[in-house]
Amino acid sequence: MTSSTQSDPIIKIDQVSKTYPGDVQAVKNVSLEVHQGEFFALLGPSGCGKTTLLRMLAGFEIPNEGTIMIDGEDMTDVQPNARCVNMVFQSYAVFPHMTVAENVGYGLKVDRVKKKEIQERVAEALELVRLGDLGARMPDELSGGQRQRVALARALVKRPKVLLLDEPLSALDAKLREAMQMELVRLQKTVGITFIIVTHDQSEALSMANRIAVMEGGTVRQIATPEELYEDPNSRFVADFIGQINLFDGTAVASQTEEKVCATVEPFGTMEIWGETLGPVSLAIRPEKINIDIEKPTTSEHPMAQGTVTDIAYYGGYSNVFVDVAGTRIMAEVSNDTRIRSSTFERGTKVWISFNAEDALALGD
Amino acid sequence: MDSWRQHRSAFWAAFTAPTFWLVVFFLIPLSLLWLFSFGEKEGITGINITWTLKQYARALDPLYLGIFAKSLWMAFLTTLICLIIAFPVAIAIVFAPPKARLWLLLLIILPFWTNLLIRTYALIAVLRTRGQVNFGLEWMWEHANSFLTLVGLGSYNLLGADFEPLGMLYNNSAVLIGLVYVHLPFMVLPLYAALDRLDRSYMEASFDLGAGHIRTFRSIIIPLALPGIASGIVITFIPAMGSYLTPDLLGGTDSQMIANVIERQFKSANDWPFGAALSFILMYVTFFGLALRAVLSKREKMGGKAA
Amino acid sequence: MSWIKNPFKRDTRKNPAGPLDYYRKLWLRLAVIGTLFFLYAPIVNLIAFSFNDSRRNIVWRGFTLKYYEKAWANDSLMVAFGNSLTIALITTVFAVILGALSAYVMWRFKFPFRAVYEGGMALPIVIPEICMGVAMMVFFARVGWPTDLPYPLNLSAITIAHIAFSFPFAAIVIRARLETFNTELSESAQDLGASELQVFRNIIIPHMKPGLIAGALLSFTLSLDDFVITFFTSGPNTLTFPVKIYSMVRFSVTPEVNAASTVLIGLTLILTALALKLQNRDKELPIV
Repeated sequence: MTSSTQSDPIIKIDQVSKTYPGDVQAVKNVSLEVHQGEFFALLGPSGCGKTTLLRMLAGFEIPNEGTIMIDGEDMTDVQPNARCVNMVFQSYAVFPHMTVAENVGYGLKVDRVKKKEIQERVAEALELVRLGDLGARMPDELSGGQRQRVALARALVKRPKVLLLDEPLSALDAKLREAMQMELVRLQKTVGITFIIVTHDQSEALSMANRIAVMEGGTVRQIATPEELYEDPNSRFVADFIGQINLFDGTAVASQTEEKVCATVEPFGTMEIWGETLGPVSLAIRPEKINIDIEKPTTSEHPMAQGTVTDIAYYGGYSNVFVDVAGTRIMAEVSNDTRIRSSTFERGTKVWISFNAEDALALGD
Repeated sequence: MDSWRQHRSAFWAAFTAPTFWLVVFFLIPLSLLWLFSFGEKEGITGINITWTLKQYARALDPLYLGIFAKSLWMAFLTTLICLIIAFPVAIAIVFAPPKARLWLLLLIILPFWTNLLIRTYALIAVLRTRGQVNFGLEWMWEHANSFLTLVGLGSYNLLGADFEPLGMLYNNSAVLIGLVYVHLPFMVLPLYAALDRLDRSYMEASFDLGAGHIRTFRSIIIPLALPGIASGIVITFIPAMGSYLTPDLLGGTDSQMIANVIERQFKSANDWPFGAALSFILMYVTFFGLALRAVLSKREKMGGKAA
Repeated sequence: MSWIKNPFKRDTRKNPAGPLDYYRKLWLRLAVIGTLFFLYAPIVNLIAFSFNDSRRNIVWRGFTLKYYEKAWANDSLMVAFGNSLTIALITTVFAVILGALSAYVMWRFKFPFRAVYEGGMALPIVIPEICMGVAMMVFFARVGWPTDLPYPLNLSAITIAHIAFSFPFAAIVIRARLETFNTELSESAQDLGASELQVFRNIIIPHMKPGLIAGALLSFTLSLDDFVITFFTSGPNTLTFPVKIYSMVRFSVTPEVNAASTVLIGLTLILTALALKLQNRDKELPIV
């Protein structure tokens, strides 16, 4: 979606490390770039350093090593109030002693913007987040979702070069969260400001972001588009972290075809699959790419094996069927695409599972 | 919480003894004092409860009004100085690393546990004419003088011919120093508690929106910590106003505060009804302060953590 | 890449201060150090000069314990010390029992005028000491409390007053501990067949224990330290340690008083350390 060649990045994080007193290393030598207009997500389990990285962009933490450039300027140790980025806090941090309009106008008042202009811009910002008529309310009269909109308006009214969002949806309930995801995407398109969001929720990142950096243990494991992350993860960690996946241990040797390896994986035998790692690897295949049949499939070139259904988990639109093949547990996703299904699997049913070797990956750590 | 009716025997078993003690050995003495405040002296020891308001009227005598005003003024100054000293200290403690924070808090609390009399005495030893402070001043005076001699100005006696020790004891400033010394922890702790409760993301949001430290302090920290500040003011002001020992030991003849006058009515002047009336005026002022604090802390809920 | 970095120059900063690291600002550090100096210098000075071999007690003349010996040989001082310890011990026992009971009542039961009851229990804590002192004095004089009883009954008036002001403090500490009690524990004990008394003894008291210990130490210190209320309830023959020191201080500053004070400070310090050690388990400070 974005190419990294056309212009200077709006954010450039270069070999940044952050160690807290007591030798806790939160961020280890991270480098990444974000471009103008991107919706960028920092995704990872808690404690992976994503929030620390975001706080370094905002200026609340100063890195021990490396530089942070924002719009071509070195901002590594510039105070947060002198940066052209703004943040939406996880707790929203809407000042409880100010009205909604006062909250939104605070940043402008601090900048000594003229009263009349403040009024106009506050009204405009509130309109943008669809809180047009709530300017006079106090924060404790608002719902969680409304408070979040106030936090958004308060940050956007300053027209930052980059908007930072720290787990913005984690305090909302499931229904509202989905609506807000769409809302945030709409907002980002409208204002055209670069958004950087921190989240531990992969579905949130996948559905909203153009590009995602997956972090673990203070390092970036992969930076890619959502589709690439799901279909072409570069490691077992990323594959396992994004969505669900079957991982089988095996060994790989070099193959004739470029970017492919010859992997030997029980119980499927040897096959040629995508991958670069040699030696011990994991064969990774998504559950929805596994076929499950009562009869032995006729496409003989697909890897296949026979096993017994041990469990079925019904999710409405689809079911996960667990098959035991000589002690290996395999998960296959079956779409429930008709209301009355002709053939259903039951516990103990003998089935054949097979997949297209093109859909499998050989992954290292 | 259970209703007492469902567990009558358990309730009475736990309720009786402490209530008895509170009523007999606290509320009855207090009521007695209250009754006496409406009485008149009769002979040397007799007191006649005549329901007169004379004793309260006597408290309006300019002499006593002056002492009340003085007590209020001293308490006000004490509170103000404590507030000025305690705010930076509380801020430093709140943002210190957890381990240092624990130690600093302990160091602030520890004087609480040390005998008030001993602390006052320790202050006397330092402040008296031949105490450490004057000693230090003399040392500085001598060195300054020898420096002046060195640069050839010695013969002019610019600093006086002899060192005059400062009379720092037995006056109002000694009482003020003593009151601040004793009450400082009362101010630090509630301020600390209020700042500690304050969600840091409010401050961060303020910085993030472009405000500096002073602006953030004025627009965010002070309004949100206001209930804690008020609480600190009240719990410093009240005991400071009722102080007995500090003015008694550190003050001069003109530094009497209300508690000293009360003491005199009961010990040397033997005028119990008047002393009782003064005591109750002091208590009413106290209750007023506490009520104020209660009202303010009710409003505190607003300043808690963000939802 | 338009952006080439010199590979030999790596920016490194050791523990850079963030915007909220106020404790690292020099002037705030100075404020803290100054305050602590103000609070502790007089006390440290007092302790140091109790060991100073000079009556003038302003210049250091060498280490000595002779003022401790003198204080030890001072009969009325020692009697006062003994009185204070006796009063403090008896007060502690009563204050913990009464405090625990009232804490339990306020924590467990709903009853009419509960708010009034709680206010009454807080009263001894909030009213000025001088008022409580004179009230107790008036009370004991009016009921004609005998003043010529043999030891230790001669201390009864002081002790009663001490119990009255310290048990509400103990109640606060114990109640704070009770608030952390998970009522499902007592409910499951009842479910398993325990009676009311058994639940109290086997489940609630063990949970209260850190609160009881903290309450005991608090009452002990409060009683040992009290001057004003004791001053109004003590007779000529029932001197306590603070009252005795008061009469000595009025007279003059002597190293003997320093020595006696140092002993008392040491005693409170040990008790505080003990209290904090026990309190640290549930991370509550004993006061405020």
